[in-house]
Amino acid sequence: MNFIYELHRTMMSEKLILVYQGDFTQETTKSILTMAERNLDSSGEGSSAKRKVFNVMVEALQNIVKHSDELVEGETRSHAAIFLIGRAANRYSIMSGNPIRKQNIPNLQKKLEHINGLDKDGLKDLYKEIIKNTTISEKGGASLGFVDMARKSGEKLEFSFPEMNAEYCFFCLKVNVPRGEE
Amino acid sequence: MEILNLEGTEDTPKIILDKKNGIFEISGRSLPEDSAEFYRPVLEWIGNYGGDANPSTDFVFKLEYFNTASSKLILDVLSALEDIKGMKIVWYYHEDDEDMEEAGQEFSELVEIPFEFKTY
Repeated sequence: MNFIYELHRTMMSEKLILVYQGDFTQETTKSILTMAERNLDSSGEGSSAKRKVFNVMVEALQNIVKHSDELVEGETRSHAAIFLIGRAANRYSIMSGNPIRKQNIPNLQKKLEHINGLDKDGLKDLYKEIIKNTTISEKGGASLGFVDMARKSGEKLEFSFPEMNAEYCFFCLKVNVPRGEE
Repeated sequence: MEILNLEGTEDTPKIILDKKNGIFEISGRSLPEDSAEFYRPVLEWIGNYGGDANPSTDFVFKLEYFNTASSKLILDVLSALEDIKGMKIVWYYHEDDEDMEEAGQEFSELVEIPFEFKTY
């Protein structure tokens, strides 16, 4: 049973204020948002940081909902995703992890690296470019999520793809939102 | 013309489209699971309204938050409004919400409709 204490200590040392693992749906997304909002409200966080955190959370959570459906069949069902929020003195970190098929990594990595190579105006132009030309995908995404996260964060998106098995890697994403600029 | 009246929920906006009383408003939060499905009746209503519009229309957006999938549909709504004569967009944003202000400015650059910006 000591793992409970170990997990608790890890959460304390990593300054995690919320951890969720399991199935991700629109319903769980709403519950997580409500919990996080309450937490931010009770900590008296400034409204600007609060809104940006909320923004990034929604995009990260809905990304998982949209992309975890390809993992529902067969053995991948157990590859549940994870969502975490950390709060340090100067910033929030919104983090997510979900399985991704290896063949889908190069495209995603290219997209993320492109976004990380852009400054504020570059991101704005890319956002307008995508919104003008895109149609909503079958999965309901407008492929604007990462661009929006980068804009709200003002920092580079951090990501990695540790290997799970022959077919899958785990897509880890971390988005920082600075605190207290107001 | 029928009134489109949708109650707001925690993930969908409140919508009132009422030609007779001249009320056209989308307000609240927009992060539905399927944004295209959610906005379909709105786009249909605007399509019908365009054929028999009031001489002037103030279309109000008073959004607290919208996700990126909704932003695409908001642009679709604006594009549908673009062809209607006497159209004006009134874009509300909370006085300290510069992201919502900027979002409105970006939309105004993407369509040929006059925008009026107001804070609440």
